[in-house]
Amino acid sequence: MPVLQPIGRMFLSFLEATGRLTLFTLVSLSHCVRPPFYPRLIGRQMLEIGYFSLPVVGLTAIFTGMVLALQSHTGFSRFSAEGAVATVVVLSITRELGPVLAGLMVAGRIGAAMAAEIGTMRVTEQIDALTTLSTNPYKYLVAPRLIAGVTMLPLLVLVADSIGVFGGYLIGVYRLDFNPASYLTRTWEYLEIMDVVSGVVKAAVYGFIIALMGCYHGYHSTGGAQGVGGATTNAVVSASILILTFNYVITALFFSS
Amino acid sequence: MTTPKLELTDVHKRFGANRVLDGFDLSVGRGESVVVLGGSGTGKSVMLKCILGLLHPEAGSIKVDGEETVGIGQRERDRINRQIGMLFQGAALFDSLPVWENVAFGLLAQKRCGRRSARDRAVEILGQVGLGERIADLYPAELSGGMRKRVGLARAVATRPAIMFFDEPTTGLDPIMSDVINNLICSSVKDLGATALSITHDIASARKIADRVAMIYQGRIIWAGAVAEMDQVDNPYVDQFIHGRAEGPITSGMAG
Ligand SMILES: Nc1ncnc2c1ncn2[C@@H]1O[C@H](COP(=O)(O)OP(=O)(O)OP(=O)(O)O)[C@@H](O)[C@H]1O
Ligand SMILES: [Mg+2]
Repeated sequence: MPVLQPIGRMFLSFLEATGRLTLFTLVSLSHCVRPPFYPRLIGRQMLEIGYFSLPVVGLTAIFTGMVLALQSHTGFSRFSAEGAVATVVVLSITRELGPVLAGLMVAGRIGAAMAAEIGTMRVTEQIDALTTLSTNPYKYLVAPRLIAGVTMLPLLVLVADSIGVFGGYLIGVYRLDFNPASYLTRTWEYLEIMDVVSGVVKAAVYGFIIALMGCYHGYHSTGGAQGVGGATTNAVVSASILILTFNYVITALFFSS
Repeated sequence: MTTPKLELTDVHKRFGANRVLDGFDLSVGRGESVVVLGGSGTGKSVMLKCILGLLHPEAGSIKVDGEETVGIGQRERDRINRQIGMLFQGAALFDSLPVWENVAFGLLAQKRCGRRSARDRAVEILGQVGLGERIADLYPAELSGGMRKRVGLARAVATRPAIMFFDEPTTGLDPIMSDVINNLICSSVKDLGATALSITHDIASARKIADRVAMIYQGRIIWAGAVAEMDQVDNPYVDQFIHGRAEGPITSGMAG
């Protein structure tokens, strides 16, 4: 049947990819918890993900906070409810926009870099060389990135939350003429611990997704520079889609009951 | 008869419809240096990768020290690879590490010494391949092709492995430096008692480093013998290859 054949083939290759990704995830996780560990490599990745992403994430957060304040003020002034601006800003930032935007920015920055680096190592046989030098590539390349991703993204998001709220404050106080003290009170008043916690949990999950997709696509890249380019694109696109998907799932888990 | 250090029997490896190894047999004795000759694309590099477990043959047996290695688990594989040093055809240096850390990588990975003494050892081995201490702190991207090859060679021999694989050790080197490398390979085999399996297109180098020569054609060994017999052999394939003639039974470019 020439019509059914391609469908069947697509379905099979989908199953194959799913199986391969699952296996990759399990093997990688098992290497995250078994010695030997590489503290130098973990440190380097933490610096790369946590510290060097600060400018990008900070800029994204401050402008998002500012625009949120402006837009929600426009909306709420129509109901004479301008007082809600501070609350809307802090809730949107901590629950959704902080983790999602930081996740997407880091996916573009770090996920791409990971896929390109590991992909180049794959096509130039450096990964083969690692195994012949009694070093497991999962331990040496994948585990440090996963550990750094899971630990650094939550910290980045806490910073992004603070900067985002500060951006809202700037607009609120200097543009919309709120009283500084009452803006801050409004910010704290309705903020619950779960709002921040859910954002931090999301961040850890996104950090895992970004590092996993970067490593997975890099590790399985084939065919020279073109293959590495494809792996980089796939890493960023799949990480972004997974981030948005898991954003919904985690939100539903935390707040639907 | 003692067990050979390496023994490949009837190994088959193909990529899709391309049968690269098709009933490949080879055995290398302890302390012996064997050179495999063969045209481009005949599966020489694939053979080494099968022995290292980087590629998995569909059929056949590969024994290291009499121990079957086809289909073994990761732990046994790590133990076996620990006694093997490999020079990759493209050197495969780690770009993120300076030259000395590349050379000392195996020593550090096996925790045989601290970083300081590993660096000293790396500089010493770099000297043996004709590279000065100056380049120890450079990165691979800053080296020429021939320098990279020599760093790869230094990395392969740094842990003094019992088995050494050299994929085209002298390609891209000037004749004098080629001879330095040939001497290094000879001394590794003679003085350290290592077993070496090398691939080369360089007949002069083969004459110097080989105890025995084997010729691969269409996925199998068509001739093997002592290096001295190479010139008297009446196998037309071998004759054509070692004299580098375009006319003969091996048709250019279409082999395999
Ligand atoms: N990963 C791979 N996927 C598909 N085909 C491959 C792969 N590796 C090697 N081949 C094929 O196997 C054949 C042998 O390749 P190999 O690299 O062993 O050649 P070689 O004998 O080392 O040649 P050269 O002397 O040019 O290095 C080639 O036809 C190549 O196309
Ligand atoms: Mg080759």
